[in-house]
Amino acid sequence: MSEERTPGFNTLAIHAGARPDASTGARVTPIYQTTSYVFDDADHAAALFNLETFGNIYSRIMNPTQAVLEERMAALEGGTAALAVASGHAAQAIVFHTLMEPGGEFVAARQLYGGSINQFGEASRSSDWHVQWADTTDAESFRAAVSPKTRAIFVESIANPGGIVTDIAAISAVAKEAGVPLIVDNTLATPYLMQPKEYGADIIVHSLTKFLGGHGNSVGGVIVDCGTFDWMASGRYPTLSEPCASYHGMTLGETFGNFAFAIACRVLGLRDLGPAIAPMNAFLILNGIETLPLRMQRHCDNARQVAEWLSDHDKVAWVNYAGLPGNSFHGTAMLYCPKGAGAVFTFGLKDGYEAGIALVGKVELFSHLANIGDTRSLIIHPASTTHRQLGDEARERAGAGADVVRLSVGLEDVDDIIADLDQALEAI
Amino acid sequence: MNHDTYPDAYIRDILLKHAVFAVVGASAKTTRPSYYVMKYLAAKGYDVIPVSPGLGGRTVADRVVVPSLAEIGRPVDVVDIFRNSDAAFAVTEEAIRIGAKVIWMQIGVRNDAAARLAEEAGLKVVMNRCPKIEYGRLSGEIGWTGVNSRTLSSRRPLLGPKGGQQRTLRDET
Repeated sequence: MSEERTPGFNTLAIHAGARPDASTGARVTPIYQTTSYVFDDADHAAALFNLETFGNIYSRIMNPTQAVLEERMAALEGGTAALAVASGHAAQAIVFHTLMEPGGEFVAARQLYGGSINQFGEASRSSDWHVQWADTTDAESFRAAVSPKTRAIFVESIANPGGIVTDIAAISAVAKEAGVPLIVDNTLATPYLMQPKEYGADIIVHSLTKFLGGHGNSVGGVIVDCGTFDWMASGRYPTLSEPCASYHGMTLGETFGNFAFAIACRVLGLRDLGPAIAPMNAFLILNGIETLPLRMQRHCDNARQVAEWLSDHDKVAWVNYAGLPGNSFHGTAMLYCPKGAGAVFTFGLKDGYEAGIALVGKVELFSHLANIGDTRSLIIHPASTTHRQLGDEARERAGAGADVVRLSVGLEDVDDIIADLDQALEAI
Repeated sequence: MNHDTYPDAYIRDILLKHAVFAVVGASAKTTRPSYYVMKYLAAKGYDVIPVSPGLGGRTVADRVVVPSLAEIGRPVDVVDIFRNSDAAFAVTEEAIRIGAKVIWMQIGVRNDAAARLAEEAGLKVVMNRCPKIEYGRLSGEIGWTGVNSRTLSSRRPLLGPKGGQQRTLRDET
């Protein structure tokens, strides 16, 4: 490939990070199902442990199958480096473990996925980290929530399940003013629909479990370092800017420059907390990513047609899909993700909570389960499941009120998807 | 040469065709980037000479430090500069005098006047880059750490002579 040419997204989705295996010539990335790696000699072992050279030590910290997934994700998001871990939640835990000190604060959108609201609002307290909630539709609310203790701002590119397309550029401006990194969860959009780095994200996280893996078979997460944040500029991130005791006084931010955050997440966060991704899961997710552009476009096209059909149904009170003209986030969606507004959206049933529970009991093609981003079409009634642990007010704010049904539209024939909803709506 | 972006072939050619690196501004501290770069380049088979006026005669990264480029007393291919951007000019002048073939300034070091001077004298110049990162990137080793190598290839990477966890550059010209 000539040097001046920048490969396109489809090419990167297949090739980035994955050369043929150096030893065997295997063309598909092998599943390196091993815990550990033989050192060449004692000097090589010392050089690896001192981070003097590149190489593998132990699969809790790195694994060659995982590494291909990492480089692929860094390339697809336009980042400098990435770290793949056991789940999207593990990715978030490691990001905050790397950024935060006891007593620190971060500002997050209150419309996040319910699991993230629990992680940030409840679990973070035991580390003495404190979330300040803001409204993802209002950049000013983030500005108001920033304090001298703020160390990061966190949003979802497309909020789940609220269907809000976040104005990332506006919130990035707040983060830059505050001198803190902007973290974007890009799970629902995937880099095929939107690359948050273009709008000022400094760190991107994903649940790989969803559209990236795409086949509902593997849980995984990733942290992408965009290489855009200067960790040495303030004293706010001592993990990166101060000498590190467990690496003989190395300063990670200085030694690893524009990919220091990803390295710190690996050699401290993953090393010490331990949520490594299984090589098999990394392999299955990599396989999924190869067809991401094709799948994601079909997901979006199907979702738009299903949303249009539901909009005209008598038993449906409202449909909240940013891909529909007239939706309050349609303008933002056209700007940030013109290829499609994702494949996860919500609609309301005129008969409320009971009708929602009845509907999930009547579908035959849709699967009633708590995931999104599968080849299969999925349905859930958040108020009685994913958002059950939240109070009524928090559920409403997260877009998961009593009447709300969430769909993740799959890759089946769209006529079959619509026919299933038709018969189920008839039956309730 | 456009010093904002370098073609991979340009960097690969420099790393493939030269064997002797003088590292100016070498530190005795084992936690400094210059130390990692010297250890890595030496492990890749390069002849690495640490250069520092204050450390002359001491041993750093298993090598005896020479006080100045002029005192090395044997041919030098690449002068790798771990000094600030202003100081890079005088180092470049000295590198030209000793017949070096390449001026390499580390990440964060850039001096366009020095680059012009060197290029007019027939030297190649790389600025704001690290030879360890570039070697790791082009050999594929850096991907083991999840770093985006920004390279694609359907060709098998070459294993180094010393063992399974070492890759080497190939001449793809």
